[in-house]
Amino acid sequence: MPEITYREALRDALIEEMDLDPDVFIMGEEVGVFQGAYKVTEGLLDRFGEKRVVDTPIAEEGFIGLGAGAAMTGLRPVIELMTVNFGMVAMDQIANHAAKISYMFGGRLKCPIVIRAPGGGGQQLTAQHSHSLDVWFAYIPGLKVVSPAVPADAKGLLKTAIRDENPVMFLEHLALYNTRGAVPGGEHTVPFGAADVKRPGTDVTLISHSRMVLFALQAAAQLAEEGVDVEVIDLRSIRPLDVETLVRSVQKTNHCVIAEEEHRSFGVNAEVAATIYEEAFDYLDAPIARVGGVEVPMPYSKPLEQAVIPSPEKIAGAVRATLGR
Amino acid sequence: MSQSQEPIDQATDTDIPVRDAGDLANYANDQLIDFYSNMLFVRRFEERVAEMYLRAKIGGYCHLNIGEEATVVGTLKALQEDDYFFGSYREHGFALVRDVPAGAVMAELFGKRDGCARGRGGSMHLVDPDRRFMGGYGIVGGSIPLSTGVAFAIKYRGGDEIVMSVFGDGATNIGAFHEALNMASLWKLPTLFICTNNLYGMGTSVDRASAVTELWKKGIAYDIPGYKVNGMDVLAVYQLTKKLVEEVRRTSEPIFVECQTYRYRGHSMADAGKNYRSDEEVQSWRERDPVENFRKRLIEGEIFTQKDAEACEADVLARVQDAVDFAEASPFPDVAELDRFVYAEDE
Ligand SMILES: Cc1ncc(C[n+]2csc(CCOP(=O)(O)OP(=O)(O)O)c2C)c(N)n1
Ligand SMILES: [Mg+2]
Repeated sequence: MPEITYREALRDALIEEMDLDPDVFIMGEEVGVFQGAYKVTEGLLDRFGEKRVVDTPIAEEGFIGLGAGAAMTGLRPVIELMTVNFGMVAMDQIANHAAKISYMFGGRLKCPIVIRAPGGGGQQLTAQHSHSLDVWFAYIPGLKVVSPAVPADAKGLLKTAIRDENPVMFLEHLALYNTRGAVPGGEHTVPFGAADVKRPGTDVTLISHSRMVLFALQAAAQLAEEGVDVEVIDLRSIRPLDVETLVRSVQKTNHCVIAEEEHRSFGVNAEVAATIYEEAFDYLDAPIARVGGVEVPMPYSKPLEQAVIPSPEKIAGAVRATLGR
Repeated sequence: MSQSQEPIDQATDTDIPVRDAGDLANYANDQLIDFYSNMLFVRRFEERVAEMYLRAKIGGYCHLNIGEEATVVGTLKALQEDDYFFGSYREHGFALVRDVPAGAVMAELFGKRDGCARGRGGSMHLVDPDRRFMGGYGIVGGSIPLSTGVAFAIKYRGGDEIVMSVFGDGATNIGAFHEALNMASLWKLPTLFICTNNLYGMGTSVDRASAVTELWKKGIAYDIPGYKVNGMDVLAVYQLTKKLVEEVRRTSEPIFVECQTYRYRGHSMADAGKNYRSDEEVQSWRERDPVENFRKRLIEGEIFTQKDAEACEADVLARVQDAVDFAEASPFPDVAELDRFVYAEDE
């Protein structure tokens, strides 16, 4: 299997789906002439033309609503938000419109829109550009929310997202675009609601998603040298959540740590922890530990920003504490 | 063309001439030299910022005002000390001209403790409430409703200050802009809306993003008078803005001004500024350079000599160096204080 970047994997998925289905089109700020703010859509304007690769004004609420409307009559828009932080401008169209079209109209209409959006910190982009709002979207019934950590999942989940009949928030991470990994060529899809064991282990279950999976794997490698065998689980899909895989792992390891980049309170990790307490309480030998970002709007100054985002060391420390080591 | 004696009329059609007003004779020499040295300071400061960015002293997104100096200086110099300013993330120059200490600006860009936002905000979020510089904002259009809120507060308290609200051409396409303009007009909120039309929002030219390309018209649907001015000519910008600032103050009604300008560099330090515009286009705007041309004009008009210009250059460079030294010497913020200011503190 060829090794390609996360960015290329996304682009491959877009190209393949656009080749397969003429109703798939791309829309967003700077996706065309500028070749994409983060170059995911590089070359696609040349390849597919202005009809299918559409540059928009700066009008997130407008063009996401427009995409949702197009989806209501069967087109398959893949809308790019330059960062997920601009999704807040469009929240009404996402959460109050796209997400509710199917239910509110008794299933008589649907809204198969995909919204791709990078987020995440670590690049000194400060308070209004550095957050990932996974949990904002995951809270909303009617939306599906996925967040790949590695190139193969980026491709497989994006193809699944484009074929899904529902609005999908496809959350990418700025710091992952240049990461590389093996990706199957051609038809390769990853189902929603299926977490992935990225590293099997027996002593403790370490759950995370997006960039934190890479940090979790680093922590696991470090801990392996200390004789701790960590099972690293990548959620991949936040809504729907793969409860079964999480519970099965905890039943085996009896210990659980959850690492998330965003604010520690009220986050994805809170939902995951509550679910595990409900479904596997009797198997736990210690309380679940949550590792999360310090609860501040992201500061600009580099040392401050670094202190906000969980590090592999901090994750490893939480694992040790959970195991009483 | 000298139109400084004539009343400035409202733009009403698409043929509005790009104003080129400003007879040197209408200004005191000191004021002309002040305009020049401010523009030069913005230019040299920003060039140094670019250098510091490449040396990794500055990170994140970093947007420069190079090319836009006449607009920056001409608008802000027309504002009174008590008036308020709101800007976008492209606000370094505005902060400097508003007399935010250059050291505090550079220190903020370096992420240092003595930065004007204590290292929390960086390039896009400069601030100085003491100078009523109410901040730079990173969400396009996001500052526009806030600025009308300050205008509302002024009116509420019966004050006679006004608000200058500066944003780009691209910002006129987002909903917040339209909602704010409507309310500003409806409730007669003393706001001078300044659109710095530099022809692009990132890589998207105005005509690819806006159905109406004469941006000064965009307030007219809300009954807000619109003007357009040559944003490469500091005197033209100053003369018009000065008059409109006082008009807004007198009537407490909003006005909209489009400043036609250009950014020479890419959108931010991360953009080479190449794949969406031609070298010839950039060159043609460089020929209208606000700083160079004004210097020539001042020398030709015998406002100052070549030697004075050189002294001004040396002074500006020294002040930029002082700002860098100040930023270097300032420590990084204390990590133990990471979560200060999430909520308001009594100071
Ligand atoms: C709501 C929102 N959408 C997109 C962006 C990304 N973005 C930052 S600046 C910019 C272009 C803005 O252009 P303009 O208003 O003309 O200002 P200029 O940068 O030219 O000064 C874009 C698209 C943003 N910051 N906020
Ligand atoms: Mg612009």
